[in-house]
Amino acid sequence: MNTSPEIALVGCPNCGKTALFNALTGARQKVANYAGVTVERKEGGFVTPAGRSVTILDLPGTYSLRGRSPDEAVTRDVVLGRQEGESVPDAIVCVADATNLRLVLRLVMELKSVGRPMILALNMVDIVERQGGRIDAERLEAELGIPVVTTVAIRRGGADALLAAIDRLDCSATSAEPGWREPSGTEIRATHAEVERILHACAFHPGDATLTRRLDAVLLHPVAGLAILLLVLFLMFQAVFTWAAPAMDLIEAGTTLVGETIREAMPDGVLRSLLVDGIVAGVGSVVVFLPQILILFLFIILLEDFGYMARAAFLMDRLMAGTGLHGRAFIPLLSSFACAIPGIMAARVIENRRDRLATILVAPLMTCSARLPVYTLIIAAFVPDATVAGFSQQGLVMFALFATGIVSALLVAAVIKKVVWREEPEPFLMELPDYKWPRPTNVAMGLWLRAGAFLRRAGTIILALMILLWFLSSWPAPPEGATGPAIDWSLAGRIGQFLAPLFAPIGFNWQIVVALIPGMAAREVVVGALATVYALSATGDEVGAALQPLLAAEWTLPTALSLLVWFVFAPQCAPTLAVVRRETGSWKWAAVMAGYMTALAYAAAFVTFHLSSRLLG
Amino acid sequence: MSMSSLTTSALPSSISVRGGPGGLGSCPKGWRGRVTGLAPTEHLSIPWTELERRLLEMGFVEGAAIEVLQEGPIGRDPIAVRVDDLTVAVRRRDAAAVRVGAAD
Repeated sequence: MNTSPEIALVGCPNCGKTALFNALTGARQKVANYAGVTVERKEGGFVTPAGRSVTILDLPGTYSLRGRSPDEAVTRDVVLGRQEGESVPDAIVCVADATNLRLVLRLVMELKSVGRPMILALNMVDIVERQGGRIDAERLEAELGIPVVTTVAIRRGGADALLAAIDRLDCSATSAEPGWREPSGTEIRATHAEVERILHACAFHPGDATLTRRLDAVLLHPVAGLAILLLVLFLMFQAVFTWAAPAMDLIEAGTTLVGETIREAMPDGVLRSLLVDGIVAGVGSVVVFLPQILILFLFIILLEDFGYMARAAFLMDRLMAGTGLHGRAFIPLLSSFACAIPGIMAARVIENRRDRLATILVAPLMTCSARLPVYTLIIAAFVPDATVAGFSQQGLVMFALFATGIVSALLVAAVIKKVVWREEPEPFLMELPDYKWPRPTNVAMGLWLRAGAFLRRAGTIILALMILLWFLSSWPAPPEGATGPAIDWSLAGRIGQFLAPLFAPIGFNWQIVVALIPGMAAREVVVGALATVYALSATGDEVGAALQPLLAAEWTLPTALSLLVWFVFAPQCAPTLAVVRRETGSWKWAAVMAGYMTALAYAAAFVTFHLSSRLLG
Repeated sequence: MSMSSLTTSALPSSISVRGGPGGLGSCPKGWRGRVTGLAPTEHLSIPWTELERRLLEMGFVEGAAIEVLQEGPIGRDPIAVRVDDLTVAVRRRDAAAVRVGAAD
């Protein structure tokens, strides 16, 4: 008997599979990618009551094994043992939303034909009971010929029956090669008929979905629904700007305190400068944006768990159709508000390759959270902290920047799909799941993973960059008796001055150009880089001064506006380009993206700078 | 006789959406009935065997109970359809391949 089996967790989208995975494994999760593809691989471990230590893989949700998207293809390939670097799972646990059994039973039939030991976990049985639904689980077990257990993933002990079933599972007879072939339309119909017969035999009643129906009458209403969607998005941005403020102040004060403590404790010299001006100031200026990023992700996770994301896709579909994309592209694009990288990866839900490419190409135009530090800094320095009609003026400018990103993403997508490719639109078929209350533990787990990822990035890549920038900005030191700021003599100063004429037509001074160089690695680095460049080029008392009033004094308004517009469009993020290469399989699309975005950024900044110079001057 | 007029003929003309693409694609909000079959329409964006299987996989199988729950905000498109006990969003153009008849 296999004492440490590997189990694959399979299920339809929205079946509560991840909640069950969280309930089984707790915090013992490892998130990585499958070899060769950027599909997220979530592995966890747990020990059963009988002492079996089990490894469990949370596979992407799918309605069938046909694998129309890269995510679904991974599920199929892992189940069939075809995935590179993965062994054939010893057993399959299929998770079913007990309120919605028809589709998942068809998946169960398909999985049964694979020939692995299998357990069906009827999840969310509490909801079914509350809604007055029922299913004879014993009869279902007899009809399917596999163990059927009921689970309530979100309740303590709710997975006990599943654990016991895993203990009873005989994984020794799994030597046979997994078998499966793509079903025809006729075969799908036959499976449906069989499922219908089984459901009838098991006295299945789905329960009452009146609540979802009533909510949809409002949330999908042509007028009220759109108004609510806009309100949700607007609230999200106001929240990002206002709720985060106290926490950000706290982090800022902490950074200053640490910097000052080190400054007082150490003798003046290269090491102190590296620690205070490079590491503490640099990392501090990035970590300070953690509260905003968490609030943004909180909104996205809550809306996803509540079931609203699919409704947003429904409402936006026709608008997206105007660009040649479909409603499903709305979710990757909305995720790109947090970061283009998960957004680009989320584009995998789009089956059609060209739709996916177009979505990927425009995803970085959506304002990602890494732009927030830059926007926040410049807005705080140049836009008065006043209110207009009850709204924060700074919030309104932020909203305008987001809107510019959205509109240009839609326009670029339309150009790609309709002018460059001249294509027929892909069919739009999407489940609108029943509304569910988001579960605090799942939301917390999601936020925890995101915060960890952001901090790891701030702690590694960004720290390394800050040190590199500090080095570039302070080496070589100015010669004895030299006048002017030290940075003028450094490598960074020389690179900046060399490239400055190229950016002069859009109003950038050489300090900005210097900051843009490390900003290629991650947009938010620009803030730290500006802090370094200005802190180091200032003399005497100005060193400790905050960056914000300094910028207000150093830059003209047209320069600030030009830089804001540059950041709406510029491909200032090497990791995004790397992910595009991985997702599309070639550097060609990464190059296309970098090229069109740079051209747009330069042109838009040029127009902004000259127009605002003329209007204001 | 074209395929689309065949499919709309299953509906009383008074309740079908004027100028709709036929079949389920022409059904107005609130319409209830059953799926009677799947048939290709004139302009398909993907091969029929693929579209047919996608529709089947989302539950549009002969005999399935249908109710049009909601219409999209622009051009009354897409539609949210209750298919047995699942709610599916589908564009009218694609829904046109689903032939429907009155509930029995």
